[in-house]
Amino acid sequence: MRDFWIIFKQAFMSKAKSKTFLITTAVVVAGIFLLANITTIIEAFDSGEEENTAIPVVTDNEALVDRLGQQLTAMGEETEFEVTGDSRDALEDQLKEGEINSFLILQVPGGDSIQAEYVSESSEMFGFPMMLQEALQSLQTEMRAAEMELAPEQAGALFEPVGFEQTAVTASGKTEEEMNQARILVYVLMFLIYFAVIMYSNMIAMEVATEKSSRVMEILISSVSPVKHMFAKVLGIGMLGLTQMLLFGLAGYLAIRSSSSVSDLSESFFSEMGLGDIAAGTIIYAILFFVLGYFLYAVLAALLGSLVSRTEDVTSLVTPLTMIIVVAFIIAAMGLSTPDAAFVTYSSYVPFFAPLVMFLRVGLLDLPWWEPALAIGLMVLTIAVLGWFGARVYKGGVLMYGPSRSLKDLKKALQLGKE
Amino acid sequence: MALELNHVTKKFGEFTAVDNLSLAIGEGTMYGFLGANGAGKTTTFRMILGLLNTTQGRITWKGQPIDYGTSHTIGYLPEERGLYPKMKVEEQLIFLGELRGMKRSDAKAAIRKWLDRFEVPQYLNKKVEELSKGNQQKIQVIAALMHNPELVILDEPFSGLDPVNVEMLKGAVKDVRDQGATIVFSSHRMDHVEELCEQLSIVHKGQQIVEGSLRDVKRSFGRQNVRIRSDHDLTGLQSVPGVRNASYALNGAVFQVTDDETAHELLQEALKAGPVRHFSIEEPSLQDIFIAKVGNEHA
Repeated sequence: MRDFWIIFKQAFMSKAKSKTFLITTAVVVAGIFLLANITTIIEAFDSGEEENTAIPVVTDNEALVDRLGQQLTAMGEETEFEVTGDSRDALEDQLKEGEINSFLILQVPGGDSIQAEYVSESSEMFGFPMMLQEALQSLQTEMRAAEMELAPEQAGALFEPVGFEQTAVTASGKTEEEMNQARILVYVLMFLIYFAVIMYSNMIAMEVATEKSSRVMEILISSVSPVKHMFAKVLGIGMLGLTQMLLFGLAGYLAIRSSSSVSDLSESFFSEMGLGDIAAGTIIYAILFFVLGYFLYAVLAALLGSLVSRTEDVTSLVTPLTMIIVVAFIIAAMGLSTPDAAFVTYSSYVPFFAPLVMFLRVGLLDLPWWEPALAIGLMVLTIAVLGWFGARVYKGGVLMYGPSRSLKDLKKALQLGKE
Repeated sequence: MALELNHVTKKFGEFTAVDNLSLAIGEGTMYGFLGANGAGKTTTFRMILGLLNTTQGRITWKGQPIDYGTSHTIGYLPEERGLYPKMKVEEQLIFLGELRGMKRSDAKAAIRKWLDRFEVPQYLNKKVEELSKGNQQKIQVIAALMHNPELVILDEPFSGLDPVNVEMLKGAVKDVRDQGATIVFSSHRMDHVEELCEQLSIVHKGQQIVEGSLRDVKRSFGRQNVRIRSDHDLTGLQSVPGVRNASYALNGAVFQVTDDETAHELLQEALKAGPVRHFSIEEPSLQDIFIAKVGNEHA
């Protein structure tokens, strides 16, 4: 057992102390803080620009321009307009020169129907033109109503909004609002799991291949059995992954808490992330599925790493493994909007997909307890089988040298492991 | 006998890597294991270490099979040198020492002692990849010896070293032997084996060709070398009956003969051609024996 911990410690410490690990962790933590303060940063940049946004308007009806401004203000958009005598061509030139960002041509040809053209540098600005159109639409409606000499009550009755409420009767039993909250949290955590599983299982394969290619493996396995070595390694790197994830989690929590600009926002952010009652359960599941998913893939990665004799060959052997995780992620990503679709349900029991897909379902739906339990049970079983199988391959694989780039070597390694 | 291999055979599928190998190595002796590349040396070592199972036969160390329970008493220098390139010398040796059952503090002390002995104390905090090949090898030898093993297996310990370092390592290996350790080492360098080993074994393509003490091996070889120096032409002498082999140099020749009679005859013949400046009968070198047994192509 002592040997096990020595290898475990070495696998953990040598990586934890490495520059790569420290820098990556620091960069991500910095990124998290940056992201938490992004609103402050954006506002800082925005405030400078907004001073000069009076939009030039070419019009034959100045009163309409005033009403448009009022209408937009009522809709929550503060916009200034400036009636200009410039021609359209002149304005277009100014636009190209970059002196103005946009301009508006507003005409009321028949006295009752509005013709508007909004010209801007690019059609990127989605929100504003739509608001503009909406504002003009209601102005026109008002004009028409006035023309028909409808009493204000009549006009009001005409445009009274319908009573509309959305209630979803899905398996989840969660309201749409709750779903949206859960969706954000699940998506973030799912992405973390996906990333961490790929990164750390690749790290395992690389580590094993490095030990093999540097031939230090032969000394190691002459003092520790290959099986012990493999599991100590997998556990050591797994612990490293968990440590890093917890660091990120802690950084995220602190960042949101301390972020000055969003002190009032942080409250809403927490509730938006669903960091209430739903969240605790989801996070526990996330950790559980990360650990299980990691073990599942890490054992396979260690097995594959033991087959190659040069680190350059690792990538090509690990690619199929990575593809499986990518497929799992795609299924899960599609399932975000339809977590109760049949293909999501079925694939959530497949051990290789479960870490992402079952996590998605657990996070978004109210499942009976046995569903995640069954998936977890299947995963544990698969890990046990793979561990047993992997250990046998590993035992032979680590002694095998020579060109090995295909899975055919698996048989060879198994053979050698028995010798 | 401390280490015993009893009719050990190892087959990989159809291929027989080691065929019916038997040897017995006494405690505190140094045993030379000779063989060309692919002769089965590394496979034999891996079987001794328990990394591979024998197909047939038994290997025991002090009467017990070797497994991970006894690995603390064993030191191993693999043929393919291997250390973590990115790890510092001290960290690395502490790690390997701990794996061999040493306490951290003992490992530290041993590392300092050995680095001083090999005259490289300045490498304590260097990364292995920064060291020259010869110095990496010293570190590797330290890893094999630092925990005072009772059984030391050295696969080609002196290859790739300059003569000064070879002497330094030889000294270290002898000291370890004198402290009571049993040492098995393989080499292509016959002179090293001749100098260091009381007992030896030559394997070829998995077969054990020669086994025994150095003296017995030489005696039973049944050939001697006759060295003659003369200013006259000696090329005719190889037709003397009993001469197995002749090699000529500028100022003389060496003849391989099976008995003393032939040697005397050679001398007579040489004197007929003219005065002889040097005549000697030498026992065969291990090199001669190896070449005769294994064949020229691998020497």
